[in-house]
Amino acid sequence: MIGLALLLGAALGYAALKFKVEGDPLIARIDAILPQTQCGQCGFPGCKPYATAIAEGRADINQCPPGGDAGVRALADLMGMEYKPLNAENGVEKPKAVAFIDEQTCIGCTLCIQACPVDAILGAAKHMHTIITSECTGCELCLAPCPVDCITMEPLGETPDNWKWKYPVIPIKPAFTL
Amino acid sequence: MNALVNFTGLLKKTGVFKFNGGIHPPENKTQSTLLPIGQLSLPEKIVLPLRQHVGNIPKVKVVVGDKVLKGQLIAEAEGTVSAAIHASTSGTITAIDDAIIPHPSGLPDKCITISPDGKDTWVDRKSQDWKSAQRKDLVASLRLSGIVGLGGATFPTHIKLRADGKSGVHTLIINAAECEPYITCDDMLMREQANEIVKGIAIAQHLLGAERVLIGIEDNKPEAAIAMRAAVASTHMQVIVVPTLYPSGDARRLVRLVLGTEIPHDKRSTEVGLQVFNVATVLALYRYFELGEPSISRIVSITGSVNQPQNFEVLFGTPMLHLVAAAGGAKSETTHYIMGGPMMGFDLPDVNVPITKAANCIIAASPTLFAPPSPPMPCIRCARCADACPVNLQPQELYWFAKADNFEKAKDYKLFDCIECGACSYVCPSNIPLVQYYRYAKSEIIAVDKAKEAADLARERNDFRLARIEREKLERAQKHAERAALQKEEAAKKALESPIKDSNNNALQANIHAVAGDAVLATAEAQKLVKQAAIAAAIERAKAAKAAAATSGETPKNVTNADETTKKEIAEIDARRASVGLEANSGEPAGDTGVDKDKQAKIAAAIAKAKAAKAAAEAAKLENKD
Repeated sequence: MIGLALLLGAALGYAALKFKVEGDPLIARIDAILPQTQCGQCGFPGCKPYATAIAEGRADINQCPPGGDAGVRALADLMGMEYKPLNAENGVEKPKAVAFIDEQTCIGCTLCIQACPVDAILGAAKHMHTIITSECTGCELCLAPCPVDCITMEPLGETPDNWKWKYPVIPIKPAFTL
Repeated sequence: MNALVNFTGLLKKTGVFKFNGGIHPPENKTQSTLLPIGQLSLPEKIVLPLRQHVGNIPKVKVVVGDKVLKGQLIAEAEGTVSAAIHASTSGTITAIDDAIIPHPSGLPDKCITISPDGKDTWVDRKSQDWKSAQRKDLVASLRLSGIVGLGGATFPTHIKLRADGKSGVHTLIINAAECEPYITCDDMLMREQANEIVKGIAIAQHLLGAERVLIGIEDNKPEAAIAMRAAVASTHMQVIVVPTLYPSGDARRLVRLVLGTEIPHDKRSTEVGLQVFNVATVLALYRYFELGEPSISRIVSITGSVNQPQNFEVLFGTPMLHLVAAAGGAKSETTHYIMGGPMMGFDLPDVNVPITKAANCIIAASPTLFAPPSPPMPCIRCARCADACPVNLQPQELYWFAKADNFEKAKDYKLFDCIECGACSYVCPSNIPLVQYYRYAKSEIIAVDKAKEAADLARERNDFRLARIEREKLERAQKHAERAALQKEEAAKKALESPIKDSNNNALQANIHAVAGDAVLATAEAQKLVKQAAIAAAIERAKAAKAAAATSGETPKNVTNADETTKKEIAEIDARRASVGLEANSGEPAGDTGVDKDKQAKIAAAIAKAKAAKAAAEAAKLENKD
């Protein structure tokens, strides 16, 4: 009996070393749900720190406006917590938008470049800057530092590329008209 | 027994394999086959959407005001999966802007508008010697042809023929099934241009290196089958007539019908050595390689609620209403138009749309032809949809999952294997628009996947940025540390050069070198260490100098090489100093300041007093703070 216990203990010990999981998989799983806008609206300096805070119980699951309602639900599901509506203090869910630089007004101060969390702004000192639309997450972090307010958020319109088939609806018609 | 073996062998040869499911909707094909393929007059304007195929939007190569010739390249393929677009007639580019395109969304997209000059002047057309040319070059040249799958999928053809010229394809299957009701464009094409089609098949076969060619035609097109049989008589190609059963025109279903092979759902047909081309596509290949004509037109069936249903050869970009007018105009009861067939087509969002590469059929719809759908009733789990599904899916399950937004489950039930043929909706006794639910679920899943991809990219870029900032910080710290270490070493060298030589000093030098080595650590701490070391080194140096002075007695070191007269002078001075009671001090100026010992003691006392006062004040301050 003791021999068996020792054997199993050794096997478990070996497995613990052999299949050791690097890092905290929970943080990675939370991070995978977060939208990666890196906007800091949750009060943490990015999605990963927020994911870490949730995993450590320092933050609530309803602080991410870009993730929206669906994001909160996914987090609630993952954490085994009760769903709660988005915390209005952190902001509201907005349709996806990307930053746009008015190139006539831009003075080339590079402040927005330093603020961009995903390096989506192209430019150099005293040269006009521009946004790489495909990389922009719409975090709005570049708006505040701009000294000439030349950056605006342009909502992404519907194109045949991102158009979606709608949920089938049946028009309700009165059976007879009076 | 022999007879049975022979019979199965015969079956194998003639290809009457079956697939599960399928339906028999009313064909309605005869209306549009009464007249031969007609030629359309030149329209007033040509509107060419850039989005006419699967893949990337091509890059526009013209500007407004440019004069173009018929067949001139006006937009070139961008990226791997993309196709070129050519001017369908000669004329002037009048606009490159957004216009309504034939897309279920009804959204506008970028189009090139040409105002025809009426001359219809071709560009210089050159046929290619495809038999002897390198296969690789032919495929590369095909990228400029604008040819896409004309069966309706509009997948760029040059992608189907591998660019490296190698393909493991042994069997080429020509899709001439044309299973969807109303559509007759391929039927008429085979009746009228069977020889050209066969020439096109030969080109496709050569490009693929296929050994075997099978042409699958549904048995509701006997004239086409006869024409094709006659055309292939002198070749090794084989025409296989398959029973009429919707959707036999789906590539995988046709493969099953003619070969009995089921292509695994997660594999492409090329992976099992098969390739499927539509008849109209191979004809386009013939025209491109033999006549030098790029893809600028196609055969379109115009049928339904029009006065004279017919097939026309239509230039891409021709306004749909021009085509409708050619077919005798729409009947008054026409409510809208359908692009494609009644099963898989979609309602056109607007009448002012152009004919594109995907438009194989335009149906003018009226309530008599297509009765408005009766309201859907609840699913009664009769599973008729499962019986009808040609892909062997469980449509009723998919319906539940799609309806409940349970997309993960829908994916588990292979939603993306659904070919949206509409057989399930057709047989549903509750009139549930099943395919609409699947399309909805598919586009939601695709949108989520795209968002996930974007998030992954953003995460990667953010991680990289953070790593870069950290790296730059380290680099800066290292630079500072290196500079400090360098200064230190130089200072140490200078100290060594000064004539102090004892073991203490050697140790000091070693110490400094060690510090320099440490500096490579290049952190803020390292910098601090360096600073401390520098202070320590300075103290050591001062101590060493003092000690050296003490041990070397009264002779300053810098006079060892002095000549005799100087030495004599120094000796005299020393003697004088000794006589007034001053010690000879090695270079230290303190001795000759002329301040006497009494005064020095006083100064020391004053300093001590000041220090004490300061300490007291500080202590008081601390107490106050507490």
